[in-house]
Amino acid sequence: MENFSNFLYMREELSLVVLIVFLLLYDLIAGKRGMRYFQPAAIGLMALHTLINIIPRAEVSAFGGMYTYLPMAGVVKSILNLATLTVFLQAKELFSSSKQRQRRGEYYFLTLVTLLGMYFMVSSGHFLLFFIGIEMASIPLSTLVAMDKKCKKSAEAGAKYILLAAFSSGILLFGISYLYGTTGTLYFADMPPLISANALQIMGFVFFAAGLFFKLSFVPFHLWAGDVYEGAPTNVTSYLSVVSKGAAAFALVVLLFKVFGNLVVQWQGILYAIIILTITVGNLFAIRQENMKRFLAFSSISQAGYIALGMMGGTALGMNMLVYYLFVYLFSNLAAFGVVISIENKTGKLNISDYNGLYSTNPKLSVVMMLAMFSLGGIPPFAGFFSKFFIFSAAVEQGFYVLVLIAALNTVISLYYYLKVVKAMFINHSDNPIPTLRTDGYNRVSLILCTIGILVTGVVSLFVESISHFGFGVQ
Amino acid sequence: MNFLIVFILIPLLMLFALFATRNRKQVLAVMVTGSSALVLASIYLTVRYILLRNSGVAETMLFTSSYTWFEPLNIGFSLGVDAVSVTMLALSAIIVFTGTFVSWKIKPLTKEFFIWFCLLSLGVFGFFITTDLFTLFMFYEIALIPMYLLIGIWGSGRREYSAMKLTLMLMGAASLLIVGILGIYFSTGAVSMNLLDLKEIDIPLNLQLLFFTLTFVGFGVLGALFPFHTWSPDGHAAAPTAVSMLHAGVLMKLGGYGCFRVSIGLMPEATEILAPVFIVLTAIGVIYGALSAIHQTDLKYINAYSSVSHCNLVLFAILMLTRTAMTGAVLQMISHGLMTALFFALIGMIYERTHTRMITEMGGLMKVIPFLGVSFVIAGLASLGLPGLSGFAAEMTIFVGAFENADLFRRVLTIVAVSSIVVTAVYILRMVGKFLFGPMQNRKHLASIDAVWYEKLAVVILIAGIAYIGMFPLGLSNLISDSLAVIIK
Repeated sequence: MENFSNFLYMREELSLVVLIVFLLLYDLIAGKRGMRYFQPAAIGLMALHTLINIIPRAEVSAFGGMYTYLPMAGVVKSILNLATLTVFLQAKELFSSSKQRQRRGEYYFLTLVTLLGMYFMVSSGHFLLFFIGIEMASIPLSTLVAMDKKCKKSAEAGAKYILLAAFSSGILLFGISYLYGTTGTLYFADMPPLISANALQIMGFVFFAAGLFFKLSFVPFHLWAGDVYEGAPTNVTSYLSVVSKGAAAFALVVLLFKVFGNLVVQWQGILYAIIILTITVGNLFAIRQENMKRFLAFSSISQAGYIALGMMGGTALGMNMLVYYLFVYLFSNLAAFGVVISIENKTGKLNISDYNGLYSTNPKLSVVMMLAMFSLGGIPPFAGFFSKFFIFSAAVEQGFYVLVLIAALNTVISLYYYLKVVKAMFINHSDNPIPTLRTDGYNRVSLILCTIGILVTGVVSLFVESISHFGFGVQ
Repeated sequence: MNFLIVFILIPLLMLFALFATRNRKQVLAVMVTGSSALVLASIYLTVRYILLRNSGVAETMLFTSSYTWFEPLNIGFSLGVDAVSVTMLALSAIIVFTGTFVSWKIKPLTKEFFIWFCLLSLGVFGFFITTDLFTLFMFYEIALIPMYLLIGIWGSGRREYSAMKLTLMLMGAASLLIVGILGIYFSTGAVSMNLLDLKEIDIPLNLQLLFFTLTFVGFGVLGALFPFHTWSPDGHAAAPTAVSMLHAGVLMKLGGYGCFRVSIGLMPEATEILAPVFIVLTAIGVIYGALSAIHQTDLKYINAYSSVSHCNLVLFAILMLTRTAMTGAVLQMISHGLMTALFFALIGMIYERTHTRMITEMGGLMKVIPFLGVSFVIAGLASLGLPGLSGFAAEMTIFVGAFENADLFRRVLTIVAVSSIVVTAVYILRMVGKFLFGPMQNRKHLASIDAVWYEKLAVVILIAGIAYIGMFPLGLSNLISDSLAVIIK
């Protein structure tokens, strides 16, 4: 009986599994008429799932330490839920055509399975559970990436993603095997005292981290990102760039702080170089992009570099600000994707130059896009400014002046390309602008949600303060 | 409630009201009401401030209050003003008010123009009332970004290039600032980012040197510090009239004000050591700006380079570290703010009539548009420092104050800077002589009508300000000088 009560500690996972099973059965059983309510049901239940799990619980460890619930992981799960919900809201149009409609069930099912995998990534207490989580999050994702069956780019992206994901999992496992070999345990809780920074362990750590860096698309492990982001259906791209990245970032920070605390000098050195590379290379490539999806892909690579700034210090402040950054990034990035999706679905146009003169025909969409760009670029009074300022503070607190200076100078580069989009919409004229279009109701809800998020989550201190209760430093 | 909040509330309310407006008339009504309210608020604040000071209140800052904002980082929202900020607020209110009238006929997208204009002024007012490093930085950035769209959409000439250049250079400066600001806070173990608290802390000298450079250059870029001034001529020339006014008149003062409040106010020892470097740069800037202005034929470029020269003089005066010179610097900020706003307003008005800004393509306009012509001459005379107008009072104070330093280095550079007055006279008189009094170049210009009521209103207010400071500078300079006593003995 005791073991069963342990399941109750995994409340989020359980409710998600219920949701997944329900949707799977619904898809199987419901006839044509029933399927009409499939999307509302999926979205409604996802909203319910988000709501009932929104309040983090106390720290708890179940199954002999295999599963660990951290309050901060609870916060991150809520952020992931919210992001997934927003992605779902934006997905309505994706399945409006008759060809795509039959794949609706699979889309929601697979997306939620990856979400479950991410849940395990952020609350595992054991390397194997962690590995299962990461696999559960990657393999269905490659199916999702290849969802657009008729589109060659999508299929290519799917193949690319699964091959590289498998390769990086191999590297990750190889790293884990070294760690197991030198410490004799795979439990997060038992490992730290046994890690003494000997060469084998450092090597194990480097391989392990490289596997995770792949998920986070840190430079130089980013080469898959451009093609996969471009080829995947836009909804999947937005899911990849926010949810998948967020979960991996938080899993990494927990591991660095909880398990690899003794290697702090080593991983700080590695991250130092990686952050500079990620931010700079991501930015420089983003400048050259003409395709909106590729553009957002590279912008999100450089954003991952900023997210990693929160890990550098190894402090509770850093972790808090990292999670806060993810929270704000969710709204900013998904607002941008929402607009891209809306325009793509109606007109099929994806280039930045297609956006010329958008303000004259679609003022509301342009304003949302502009807010998203400003927030991503870190312009006050929008939320992105606050999250960027705070994550910089977390790094400066530990004395990383040069690093922060480089990151801050990079915001200028990033501003250049974010402003390029704003310029296209507001300043450039076009003889043939995108016609005035109606965004569907669900997507409109998601855009309103994101706009409110961009405007409110920065200025109102409640959000960052409530997140700040749960962080912890290197242990 | 702290009275200073009014200066943020009014622009915010204006923003919301503007969103709700439906036509041009309503937009203008909101703008006129709002900017008049700002002027009234600043008059009330000035009077209250003077009365409080006269009744013997001796604190550094008045109207102080502090609210906690982001607790985990000890970031507060602290307010407070001294004489410098009070005068800056008054200046900003006047420029926003006159700017509204100057953009009476702005097209297209009238509503959007004023929304961004309001956001810009929100940043400016917020900057001057706050005493917290975080909010200071935040308002600084709020004031920057509307510039991009204002220039990009409503500007003229190479507007896209200029808008991008201006935004990126100023944002680059902001990235130096952010490191400086965070460094000051974290390296000293300070308990808050409030300037008044930070002043009590002794920052170690080696860190001071680093942070002084970062913050001084960071703010200096906005104050057109040579050689980081290159955004300014292009930006000002491309911007629409009201934006040039607000930008050259007020926004560039954010730079000088920030240098003075943060860099010099918090790190006096580093200032002593590093001042010579920046004095040389600013002295070059003063001369360079003036000499460049001679070469220009575009009225806006002439005035933009003249602004570079004058703004470098402000930084030059601040670095002289005598109370007289600093008082002069503040006077120069106000004087230049009014003067350059007047210049840009007049240039905008003349451009609307002649459709050119090239002095080679204009001539004999004095006869056609006497009101604008006379006002232009007055602005020019103020710029070259004619006694009785504000430029003289400010520059005289600066040079006397700079010469108070006994060392040869500063005195020589003061003489160098003084010589800019001669150069200024050259380009101002040449410009005025050519396009106002010279032979008629284009017959079409004969049909131009003189200023209409809203233009006259804006011009008269600005001239009144210039003349007031020129003729009665004593009250103002005493007020400022008293406030500076805490920074410089």
